Formats: sequence, C-alpha cells, structure tokens
Amino acid sequence: MYRLDHVTKQYQGKRTVTALKDVTLEIPAGQHVAIQGPTGGGKSTLLQMLGALDRPTSGRVVLGEAELSHLPDAKLAGVRAAQLGFVFQGFNLIPTLTAQENVEAALAPLGVAAAERTRRAGEALAAVGLADRAGHMPGELSGGQQQRVAIARALVKEPEVLLADEPTGALDEATRDEILELLEGIRRDRGLTLVIVTHDSAVARRAERRLHLRDGVVTEGVIR
Amino acid sequence: MFFTFLRRELAGRRRQTAIVAIGMALAIALVMIVNAVSTGMRDAQAEVLQSVYGVGTDLTVTATPTAPGEGGAAGGPQRFEFDAGAGQTADGSTALSQSRLTSGPGSQTFDAAALDTVQAIDGVEAAAATLALENVTFSGELPAMSQDQGGTEVQTAPDGGGAPPQGGFDGAGGSAFDVDRVTVLGIDPAGAAVGPLSAAAVDEGRGLEASDAGQAVAVLDASYAAIAGLAVGDAIELGGTEFEIVGTVASTSADATTASNAYVPLDLAQSLSGQEGKVSDVYVQAASADRIDAVQASIEEALPETSVSTQSDLAAQVSGSLGSASALISNLGLWVSIAVLAAAFLTAILFTIQGVTRRTREFGTLKAIGWRNRRIVGQVAGESLVQGLIGGAAGLVVGLAGIWVVNLLGLTLGGSTGGGFTAGGPGAMQGADASAGAPPGGMAGGPFGAAASQTATEVVLSAPVTLSVIAIAVGLAVLGGMLAGVIGGWRAARLRPAEALRSVA
Repeated sequence: MYRLDHVTKQYQGKRTVTALKDVTLEIPAGQHVAIQGPTGGGKSTLLQMLGALDRPTSGRVVLGEAELSHLPDAKLAGVRAAQLGFVFQGFNLIPTLTAQENVEAALAPLGVAAAERTRRAGEALAAVGLADRAGHMPGELSGGQQQRVAIARALVKEPEVLLADEPTGALDEATRDEILELLEGIRRDRGLTLVIVTHDSAVARRAERRLHLRDGVVTEGVIR
Repeated sequence: MFFTFLRRELAGRRRQTAIVAIGMALAIALVMIVNAVSTGMRDAQAEVLQSVYGVGTDLTVTATPTAPGEGGAAGGPQRFEFDAGAGQTADGSTALSQSRLTSGPGSQTFDAAALDTVQAIDGVEAAAATLALENVTFSGELPAMSQDQGGTEVQTAPDGGGAPPQGGFDGAGGSAFDVDRVTVLGIDPAGAAVGPLSAAAVDEGRGLEASDAGQAVAVLDASYAAIAGLAVGDAIELGGTEFEIVGTVASTSADATTASNAYVPLDLAQSLSGQEGKVSDVYVQAASADRIDAVQASIEEALPETSVSTQSDLAAQVSGSLGSASALISNLGLWVSIAVLAAAFLTAILFTIQGVTRRTREFGTLKAIGWRNRRIVGQVAGESLVQGLIGGAAGLVVGLAGIWVVNLLGLTLGGSTGGGFTAGGPGAMQGADASAGAPPGGMAGGPFGAAASQTATEVVLSAPVTLSVIAIAVGLAVLGGMLAGVIGGWRAARLRPAEALRSVA
C-alpha cells in the first residue's frame, strides 16, 4: 500500500527544521497503524506525507502505483479526493454547512450527481449513527457528534486509507472509546488501512502496529 | 454544491455581505446618477447648439477673427444720414425713418466661393452658406421749429427771450427716436437642408422655396413675429425694402427660439447689405461621424483664412448655468464617482481577503478532502460576484430613484452660445429677451459672433435612463465582484493544504 523511501522533510525559515529524517517505511493495505511521539517529533508531518498534503524535500512516497512525491497539485488533489479519508482532531467541519452538506462536500470533487450525493451522505451519516442529525449545523452538535460527522465525511467516498490526526484528542474518555470502536469497526468491515497519529497510549495500544517518531526518526514499536 | 455552499456562506456572513453590498450600491448609484446627469447635460448642450446651428451640422466655417480695422468686411459703427428736407410734414414737424441692413458690429464675412470649395471636399455630405446681418431701423419725430428762417420773426419769451419750444413727445420741443434691431439671416432657398433652419419647423405659412431667390419675401421666427405683432401676409422693412412675410418658423425644441428673427433669400440679403458675393458662415454635414476630423482638416487646408469648428468645439462654448453645471459634473462628479467606486471596490476586496484569511482552516480542509484550487477559487469568486450583484441590484434601484428625483426637480439651466467665435452670424439675445417679454430685436451678433453676441436658451435638465446607464450598473457590479473574488480566490489558491491546516493547529 504505502512505501516511503528515505523520506526527508525540511522546513525553511530563519533556521532550517528537519521534521523527517531519512524515513523508510512500508504500510501494507488494511493495516491499523498508530504513530506516537512527543510534540514536534514529526508525527503530523509524516501524516501529511501519507495524506498527499505535502511533498518530501527528498525521497519518495508511493501509494499503490502512484508516486505522490512527484505528482502535480491537481493530481494530488485527485488522489486525496478518491483514495484518502481524513479525520482531524478539531473535526474541521465547515461551520456554515449542515451535517448532511458537510458529508456531501467530500463527494463534490468526484463529480457525483446531486441525488446520488444526497443518498450516499445520508447512508454515511446513518452508518455513524447520526441519521437524525443530518440537518443540524456543526454548532448544534456535541464534540463526539461532530467527529462522527467528520468520520462520515471521510468514509462517504469509500477511500482505501483513513488518516486520523489525534481523532480523539478533543473528546472525553467515553466518547473517545466510542469513536475508536466506530473507526475500528469500519476498518474491519471495509478492509481500510487506518493510520492514527496520537499522544494517547490507550489509543495506540489498540493498533496492530505502533511507530514512534522522535526528532524525525521513525522506530518500530510493538506489533500485535 | 456550489450554490448550496454559496447560499450558506452569504447567509452566514450577513453583516459582511450587507457592508460590501451597501458600499457597492452607493458607488454604483452615484456613478449612474452622474452618468445620467452628464448625458442630460450633453443633451441640453446639443439642444442649445441645435437651436442655433441646426440639426445635422457637424462643422461650421467662419471667417477667422481679425483685429478691428484689419481686413475682412467687418461690420462697423452704423450711421444714419438724412437729407436736409427729409421727413418734412405738413404741420412742420419732421418724421425720420431709415432702415439699414448691415453686418453686425465686429462681424466678418468671406467669399461665397468658399461654399463651392467646401462642397468639393471629399467626405462632405452637404453644405450651405448663410449671411448673418442686422437690420437697424432708426425712426422718430422732430417737432416743428417755429422760427423765421429769414430772421424777420422770432418768437420770444415774455422775459424778452424767444417763445418756449412746443410740440414733441414731451410738449416742450423734445425729440424721441426708436432704434429697432432685427437679426436677419440670408439663406439660399435652393441650398442644402443643413444650417440653422434644419432645427426649425414651419409654424404658419410656408418656408423659403427655390423660386423665392431674388424675391423680397421673408420668413420670421414665430416668437419674434408674435412679439413684433407681425403675421403671415404682413410686410416688414429690411434694408429699406418691404419684404412680404410668407411664413413663420419655430424651433423644434420647445424651449428655444430659432437662430434669427428673420430669414430672407441670400442673394437679396447680399445686395441690400452691400455684401455681394459674401457669406458669413458655411454649415457642413460630414458623410459620417468618423470622417469629421478629416473633413475639418481638409477645409482648414483649403480655406486657411477661415476657422472650422466641430460640434465639440461648439459645445465648449456653451456658457451660463448649463456650462457651469456641465463642468461641475464633468470634473467634480467624475472624480467623486471614481473615489467612491474605488473605496467600494477596495472594501469588497479587503473583506474578501479577510474572509479568506478567516476561513484558512476551511479551505485547508476542503483541499484535504480533494477540492482542487479551481473549485475553491470559483467558490470564493462566486461569493464575491453575488455580493457585487446584490450591491448592483440595490445600486440600480437607488440610482434609478436618484435619477427620478433629478428629473422630478426639473432643474432649469440657462445655456448661451457665442462670444468667442469669429465675427458675423445670425442669432441674438432674442431667446432670453423674448421669454422675458422684452421688445423685439436685442443685441445683434451670431453664434460665432463677437464678444457681445450670444444666443441664450433655457433648458430643463432631463437625466435620461439609458441602456448604457443600466449596463454601467451591472458592469460595475460584476467588475467589483469579480475583482474582489479573483484577488480573494488567488489568496485562497496560494494556501497549501498542509500549511492551511498547520496554521490553525
């Protein structure tokens, strides 16, 4: 599924910051991977490389047959639209759109017809248990409900990979467990590759594979 | 999705939408009103000019002004001479009356062959020559002077002096004289239909016809005829000759008089005024509007002793409140409009940029879920465009209301022409004088006349709602919206998804 060859990412500023140092990594399809590490260790940068949101300074990032490190912006957008789903710590819902419309927004770049969009978004919301909240604005939903909408938005396009950046970081413990069970259930049902960046060891322990990132260097953790 | 997102965004940011729309509306309304009033001013100027120069006249040719006493056949001081026995009546009083037809003071003429020269120039559709004259009638009565020319009997006063004078207008031997001035325009009855009379229509009787050449027939301005108490069939004395009044003409504009008090055949006007072979003006119609400049240059080359003026030159000569208002609209109104428009555009752009900055995470998220730059730019531009169109629609309503108010006020502007062109020509102060109920005549001169010569017309300002005014409103709304949208969209497109998400992390 994923293959990273000697990936280095540097940010240029007053001084150059190396977020990833010569990272070489493979993630097979369908694996549940947790990435842990201290703040500033490079976790989010690695997730951005995997999510085709940024390009490495050097090295190669390959997803399936596509080498993401050399694709033009428009192609990267196409990969994100069709193959990747994102879940963010802060939910990142569009505040002026309803839950239903937020989910539909993920289908807009795929050219799905309006009626089909409505149907699929409704099904995705039902899958996360929010069929009755479709017409609600994000501000009218609890944190857990908002994250469910975000998960529905990520899954509605039936991606191959789900990338989650601290998906439970803004939630209480009970809601966290609820969301994790939801994500793991979906992964099992759909055979998704699930990559979760987390500070929370309780979340990381539920993954098949744990990676530790410190100062841009990846080390393997426990593989269950 | 585009329209759903657009509707939600605009509804969710009502205050920003309202501020941008109000700014755009005010700017667009102001531009509409200034444009409409400016068009109204131009129409008013054209109306003033048409009343003098006629419809369809693109160029006028006049003699180049010269200093008094130099060249040309400039009209000069008028002198009336009477023989010793002139005007003697049976009761001993002396009734004097003399009518002279001359070029007005300071007016100049040139060779009538210039008309042939002009007509031969490529691009000239039609041309007609006129001779502008002034008829001054001096009339009055001297009382009887009872004295013995042989010196044998002289009335003396009781105190030893002669008897006090008697008779005359004051009963004490005084004299009274009237000086009537009538502007006269000699026109070729068989000539082309350009020139002053093209802006006039026959009111009563008939106009001059080709068969009238050499005949003592005249057509009067209807306003002048009414004030002078003359009608078709009456006679008027011009240059010592009785002219039969065959018709009256009125300006096609309700607010203006025609260019002259009286119109007579050109050849007779030339002979009676001693201006054989001379004309004062040639009116030229170009074959098309885009050839006016070329025709002007050709005439100036062919007739170096003349001045050639275009309609725009003439428009610049319109003075009075119309001229002042026109200048105000052209200068202050234009710049205020530009300033307000720039402020409105800037406000729209700044609000859009601010909106993009505030929505950084939103756009980063949309990019993360696969939205391409093109779609995001389109979304931002669409929102700005709709804001602009809302402002445009409101501006259209406010602008139309403003134009309606301007028309409702019915502002009357006074426009005058002349006073700065070459000497000699028709026209007089008759317009203003007639409306004021002044006696016939007035100050002589012409449209191209000397400093003293003017033609004044009262014009009600009408600000028309034209398609161009509507187009300006819609165009500015689209332009303002697009400008803000493109700049805002460009900012949004520059956001890299990772940076956009990182910036709010």
